[in-house]
Amino acid sequence: MRGPALSSLALSAAEEDGFQPPTISETHLPEIFPWMAEWGTGFGKNMLMAILAVLLIWWLFSAGIRKQALVPGRGQFLAEGAYAFVRNTIGRDILGDKHFKPWIPLLFTVFFFVLFNNLFGAIPGLQMPTFSHAGPAYAMAALVWITWVVLGFKLHGAKFMKLMTVPSGVPKPLLIILTPLEFLSNFVIRPLTHSLRLMAVMLAGHIIVMLCGSGAEFLITQQEGVLNTGLGIAILLGSVPLYFLELIMMVLQAFVFALLTAIYIQGSIEADAH
Amino acid sequence: MGEHMISTALVQAAEYEDANPLFPNMWEFAVAGIGFLVLLFIVIKWIAPKFEETYQNRIEAIEGGINQAEEAKAEAAALKAEYEKQLSDSRTEAAALREEARAEAAQIVAEAQEKAAAEGARIREQAHAQIEADRAAAAAQLKADVGSLATELASKIVGEALNDDARSQRVVDRFLADLDAEQQTQGAAQ
Repeated sequence: MRGPALSSLALSAAEEDGFQPPTISETHLPEIFPWMAEWGTGFGKNMLMAILAVLLIWWLFSAGIRKQALVPGRGQFLAEGAYAFVRNTIGRDILGDKHFKPWIPLLFTVFFFVLFNNLFGAIPGLQMPTFSHAGPAYAMAALVWITWVVLGFKLHGAKFMKLMTVPSGVPKPLLIILTPLEFLSNFVIRPLTHSLRLMAVMLAGHIIVMLCGSGAEFLITQQEGVLNTGLGIAILLGSVPLYFLELIMMVLQAFVFALLTAIYIQGSIEADAH
Repeated sequence: MGEHMISTALVQAAEYEDANPLFPNMWEFAVAGIGFLVLLFIVIKWIAPKFEETYQNRIEAIEGGINQAEEAKAEAAALKAEYEKQLSDSRTEAAALREEARAEAAQIVAEAQEKAAAEGARIREQAHAQIEADRAAAAAQLKADVGSLATELASKIVGEALNDDARSQRVVDRFLADLDAEQQTQGAAQ
């Protein structure tokens, strides 16, 4: 209901030269280096955020562990805590003591790359979660997808395809339906849900921020009357708890993304276990 | 309802170029992907090994400390056992020495007593012999002296009648024998 209602409101408002709600296109900001547009769409804020995340994670964790002290200082303690969280909670608990060691760097990078990029959405000035755009989310999901598929075939050979598509203990006639479904679910839908879950949550948060901001601005500056101004201020106040909710979503989505990565890899390692 | 919503959104999106949120910007796709791979390389090469190394070093340091403490404890226990063993050894040794000394002392005392007894017996024996010899000598001397004295006295009393030696000898002997007999009867009476 809200969609058409909003758009009709916008349309009627537009006739009166009133409120224009921000559109999804506005999440794509103008390019920073527009001359690159010849080969694509140019170098935008989104890409800058991704590169900033790489540099920040590199710098923060390198600085944190530089001393390698046995009795850590505050910075090292924080860095080690963050590292241990991914290592133990996501890595060891999902992959098991036997297999988790080689996957720590991947899980660590996935978690913190997504987390930092998400948190950019909560920092005034940056205010841009990289994964609110489909491109970066697809890229991450694709890399994870390639990883677990290649790993599965490497560990189990061609049998991996059978293990992933033919459920055991199911009557033969049912397999005719189940096998294509399993194939679709594991190889096609899985990477899509993996990426879209992240993208949709980040985009929704970003749109809410834009909507609140522009709506409050419109109500306070463009409209006459105490009521409208009061409503604008109420929206601004209401956006404070919303901001914290958004923070939780950002951390949660990073955690979920890394957790699913670990679960997919675990599924490849132990494809024959069930 | 949902479909209507989406179609409205799509219609709205179509008014703007590349507004479909599901359609990726390939440049952003590439930058995020490559950025992630670069970060992954950095993490594999430098960051994760350092964390693991620190973690390992800490484990070793803690376990090393525990092992050292345990070693020290074991050493102390060994030392204590040794001391206790030495102590009990010396105790038994002292007891043995004491026992030996006591036995030796008893032996010495016994030997001394024996020696003293032997010496005493010997001295008594010697004294007896001496006394016997002196008595015999005195008796012999007395016998001779009494004989000659009595003879002399008798000859002085009796005169020349008694010059005959043989006869006087017989008289003396008889006298002495009488004297002996008298003494014996006196001794028996006593």
